[in-house]
Amino acid sequence: MSEKKENKTELTCIRCPIGCLLTVTERSDGTLDVEGNTCKRGEEYGRKELSNPTRIVTSTVRVKNGSHFMVSVKTKEDVPKGKMKDCIEALKGIEVEAPIHIGEVILSNVAGTGVDIVATKSVERR
Amino acid sequence: MYDVIIIGAGVSGCSVARELSAYNRKVAVLERASDICEGTSKANSGIVHAGYDAKPGTMKAAMNLRGNRLMESLSRQLDFPFRQNGSLVLCFSEKDRDKLEELLEKGTKNGVEGLRIVEKEELRELEPNLSGQAVAALYAPTGGIVCPFGLTIALAENASVNGVEFHLDTEVKEIKKLEEGYRIETSKGVFSSRTVVNAAGVYADTFHNMVSGRKLHIVPRKGEYCLCDKTVGNYVSHTIFQLPTEYGKGVLVTPTVHGNLMLGPTAVDIEEKEGVNTTGQGLGDVLERSGLSIQKVPAGKVITSFAGLRAHEDGGDFVIGESEDAKGFIDVAGIESPGLTSAPAIGEYVAELIQKIIPAEKKEDFIEKRNGIPSMAEADKEKRQELISQNPAYANVICRCELVTEGEIMDAIHRPLGATSLDGVKRRTRAGMGRCQSGFCSTKAVEILARELGKDIGDITKAGGKSVFLTGRNKESDE
Amino acid sequence: MDRKAEIVIVGGGPAGLAAAAAAYKRGIDAEKIWIIERDKELGGILNQCIHNGFGLHTFKEELTGPEYAARYISQVKEIGISCLLQTIVVDIQADADGKKRVVAMNRKDGLFEIETEAVILAMGCRERPRGALNIPGYRPAGIYSAGTAQHYVNIEGRMPGKEVVILGSGDIGLIMARRMTLEGAKVKLVAELMPYSGGLKRNIVQCLDDFGIPLKLSHTVIDIDGKERVKGVTVAQVDENRKPIPGTEEYISCDTLLLSCGLIPENELSTGMGVTLNPVTSGPVVNESLETNIPGVFACGNVLHVHDLVDYVSEEAENAGCHAADYVRRMEKGEGGKAAKEAKEAGKEAGKGKEEGGMAIPVKCAGGVRYTVPSLVRPSCMQEEQIIRFRVGNVYKNAVLTVQFDDTVVMKINKRVMAPGEMEQIKLKKSKLEEFPGLGEITVVVEESRL
Repeated sequence: MSEKKENKTELTCIRCPIGCLLTVTERSDGTLDVEGNTCKRGEEYGRKELSNPTRIVTSTVRVKNGSHFMVSVKTKEDVPKGKMKDCIEALKGIEVEAPIHIGEVILSNVAGTGVDIVATKSVERR
Repeated sequence: MYDVIIIGAGVSGCSVARELSAYNRKVAVLERASDICEGTSKANSGIVHAGYDAKPGTMKAAMNLRGNRLMESLSRQLDFPFRQNGSLVLCFSEKDRDKLEELLEKGTKNGVEGLRIVEKEELRELEPNLSGQAVAALYAPTGGIVCPFGLTIALAENASVNGVEFHLDTEVKEIKKLEEGYRIETSKGVFSSRTVVNAAGVYADTFHNMVSGRKLHIVPRKGEYCLCDKTVGNYVSHTIFQLPTEYGKGVLVTPTVHGNLMLGPTAVDIEEKEGVNTTGQGLGDVLERSGLSIQKVPAGKVITSFAGLRAHEDGGDFVIGESEDAKGFIDVAGIESPGLTSAPAIGEYVAELIQKIIPAEKKEDFIEKRNGIPSMAEADKEKRQELISQNPAYANVICRCELVTEGEIMDAIHRPLGATSLDGVKRRTRAGMGRCQSGFCSTKAVEILARELGKDIGDITKAGGKSVFLTGRNKESDE
Repeated sequence: MDRKAEIVIVGGGPAGLAAAAAAYKRGIDAEKIWIIERDKELGGILNQCIHNGFGLHTFKEELTGPEYAARYISQVKEIGISCLLQTIVVDIQADADGKKRVVAMNRKDGLFEIETEAVILAMGCRERPRGALNIPGYRPAGIYSAGTAQHYVNIEGRMPGKEVVILGSGDIGLIMARRMTLEGAKVKLVAELMPYSGGLKRNIVQCLDDFGIPLKLSHTVIDIDGKERVKGVTVAQVDENRKPIPGTEEYISCDTLLLSCGLIPENELSTGMGVTLNPVTSGPVVNESLETNIPGVFACGNVLHVHDLVDYVSEEAENAGCHAADYVRRMEKGEGGKAAKEAKEAGKEAGKGKEEGGMAIPVKCAGGVRYTVPSLVRPSCMQEEQIIRFRVGNVYKNAVLTVQFDDTVVMKINKRVMAPGEMEQIKLKKSKLEEFPGLGEITVVVEESRL
């Protein structure tokens, strides 16, 4: 495939609230060129979205004997975008005992991503 | 064997039940919905008509007048909101003045007190926000406004306290005339009764026709309404009617007894007896036609809209009385406007009919007074403190728009014929009736219902049946 | 029970928390600052906003709602600010002597009053209900505001439905589209009445695009079907006057309709005490000190105007907290130690405030600018840099944002894109204003570039 074709993708940068409109050009040699960004993070985002898109996943898990029924959780770091549903699936049926502290690991290495699920709220014991 | 079975726990049925509850008889009310006041009685104008509208000599005229006169003392006895704010019928053209005179004459014949025609200047003084298109109006000082839920629930509670059985979620399927009395098949089993009071609203013809050869035919006549925020609740102080014009029957603009402004209704005959949906056309009509009465219709202040069905019988009058070919079967049918006003009179009238069929002694221990749910919103400082000291839950505000507390909701659930659904709580306490329309308090009210009824929140409904709020737990997809 | 405070903050959400901490740092004793919160815990709506995306401005990291709230809650707790939970303010009155009386109640203390110098309004906002949208149809169960659905899913762990249509593309609706999808529901469509989304772009990307959920602009729900529970909705395209176009109707079966059609500041208490509202924001009219027309009554956060990001709420609330603290100090000095003169002095001070208010320069909107907060600026009371926040009423590509002092353009910024969903801001310099003595008005203008 030596055809000199350039693939242009329009993206909205979500690294910060400005939401720059990025144009990512995929050159025939496989390199990526990002335009429209107003900061370096935008360029990073544009490259990453095309090569390896990732997301933070947030959800809740059930709490036993807590002041709340549920505790909110998140993946401690980004996970591959395609793994979002798997992360949620892995939380199915999990119930944690109160007290829970913010930042506490609820599930390690969720869905084989190498990323932990941590609590994003403290829940006291009832 | 019951002495009396009343079909339908709307305002007519409940009024009959309450009147009958003063006597030593075995009485039951069968209601297909999960709560009282779930049909026509919950979706109407809430107007206590003065009585100039009905044709002299009709049942409507008689019941309206009597009902209007009973309402005030009843409201004090049973503690429901009622206010005599007076009403005005606007006349928009000199050509129509004779119609106004006709109305005055009819009203005078019917015995309505204090009726008079007011001219433009006085009209403007009475109601500065009128559109200015009215040339004169008929003023009826005895017109009033009432809370339709408050009235119906008060009647039902009092009837219940005095021994009337209420069978909710009980739908009547079939009625058969027996040697003596009637056999009533329902979704909850068979009832038999010496007499039947058919107060089934838009279904009254169906039940009547099961036992009588002299057929009734009821058309559901849909009326759509818009309810506006309390910030425009005093836009008018009287109930403002319109004389029918070449553009059709008018709509009314009225303050409600709780301080909102209400516009409507439309009047469209429909086929379906359950067609309580609003339509774009109908709501548009309400707003447009209100503009004939008032300047600057506050369309941006609409907080909710709803539709109700009036049970219009082909004959045009109330059909109240024992069926000629079905002895002991008493119809309370075709109760459209002024049905709410007439309810106290209908109760009284039907009770007298039954007294002739099954004479009974008056109960010595009849409790004629009923106390409503104390309202924190209306209470003064001392009363509020008193309520909180009785139950600290009165300090926990659930509905912030209408200032309704946990204490009031608990009362609504635990009193006789208490609320079992969110709509039930709403109609008894006004929680969720404010400008956010339960956006904030519904989750809390559902939680209190579940707790007080010993149920899971997943089993709490909006209005019984399959009207659940929740469909399952997180991460429980069907796939 | 009667209590005395210097600052009473109504609402313990992000605005109230940040205002409290800032007032303390500005020199008010912790025990003289009261936060009154309706809920059983502090944090407000952030407690149910379990998604990430909070705090990028404030903390330079991406937090979830509860984490963002936790940072402020621990601050307030460490300082020792008095917090009354599960307590509702019923009424606020401003007395002639400048003091305010806050009437509140709770289970423990019943009905009580707090006397205070300053009040900070931080009650937040509520969602626009179905009734206000006047959507025709039946009224079954299954119609929720997006925030109610968020409460059920995130706080109760319950699903309000399985097949969902969302009307309105406000941020909470977009967030809930993703939340419900991840938790097992099928979100069939997001319909938006306007030709643009009311939400943040990143939410459209991450909440809809990521999951292939269609967003139909210029579409609305024109009928709701189902007598007990929602069975379906009819969606139609609308014309430029937002009227449904006949022939474009489409019936979508679903058991749930979520509404995300805008937020309305909750100002019953404010109007009850005589605070003037701006009809565009539905929030109080405030000056550069975030002070309402009643001296000593301040407003911040979503009760003032609906924000897009909580970071700006915190920033604004900190300002309100500082200004309230300064007000309290001024009142103290005004007292001059003589209790008998207190009322008179305070009255004078309040009167002076009004005179100053008279010299205030109005900040006006032109072009695409819908409103500004503040809408009045008193140069003498300004900090060196004054933030003016605003929103535009349409999508502007290659926009030019200008600030005019009377007829002189003093600032001109080119913007690639401006959208109604995103709050904008400019910074006015006090030194610049001082170059224009006798300035009549400041105008903020947004126009499409003519290039």
